Amino acid sequence: MRLTCPHCGERDRREFYYQGDAVALNRPDPEASDVVWDDYLHNRDNPAGVTRDLWYHEGGCGAWIVVTRNTLTHEVLATELASDVTEVSA
Amino acid sequence: MVELLAKTPCEGLLPISVGNVSLAEDLPVSLTMLTVHKGRLEACSELLKSAHGMAMPKPNRATGTAAARAIWFGRDQAMLVGPAPNWSLKNEAAVVDQSDAWAVVKLEGVGAEDVLARLVPVNVRTATFKRGHTARTMLGHMTVSITRVGEQAFQIMAFRSMAKTLVHDLQRAMESVAARG
Repeated sequence: MRLTCPHCGERDRREFYYQGDAVALNRPDPEASDVVWDDYLHNRDNPAGVTRDLWYHEGGCGAWIVVTRNTLTHEVLATELASDVTEVSA
Repeated sequence: MVELLAKTPCEGLLPISVGNVSLAEDLPVSLTMLTVHKGRLEACSELLKSAHGMAMPKPNRATGTAAARAIWFGRDQAMLVGPAPNWSLKNEAAVVDQSDAWAVVKLEGVGAEDVLARLVPVNVRTATFKRGHTARTMLGHMTVSITRVGEQAFQIMAFRSMAKTLVHDLQRAMESVAARG
């Protein structure tokens, strides 16, 4: 498996650390209800298909990357810097 | 009073030479991490030009010369390798002295690419990795910075605490390459 770091280009999977669902970028409002926070902290989808994960370019430039990939075909569809994603949504 | 002895990271380990490839410590006077203040990359680049004669490097590139080099180290980050920093840089960047934190070695000779090919998951051959190109990547299990500094020469930086591992891994790869003739 190869991932394309937006800075460094295509790199080997062993340079990356897997964090989990990119939901971590959508932190709820501090005043949001318990239900919303419970969902954010504990509930994750386990899709057979397209998923968005956070990966850390640990053995490289240190960037956090949002990787869109397909769990059925192992195809990597897109990679973008997590900081760019949060700046757009902010 | 305890007498403290200053030792370089690779003291007692280098230089070594196996076959056509040599490995030597290449410790600069100073290593300084520049982390550019948000949105100030261009201004910092101008300042670096006037202070040390080179622009801030683009991703995967190094600027400057052997005497004073700026190596891309991450987003809006560069390692100034060589001279003590001009402290006016702190107007545009966080300036942090890391002189004692890194082992810096130079791998040189025909076959240096073959040695790295055994350890590094990035293609460092001339076609894709020319002089002035740099990569934050791994050497074995270690995170390193690798920069091509000559036709057959690479500068490799690893954490000082990993100096012995760095030399050991490189020496084994050098021996393997040499054994194949």
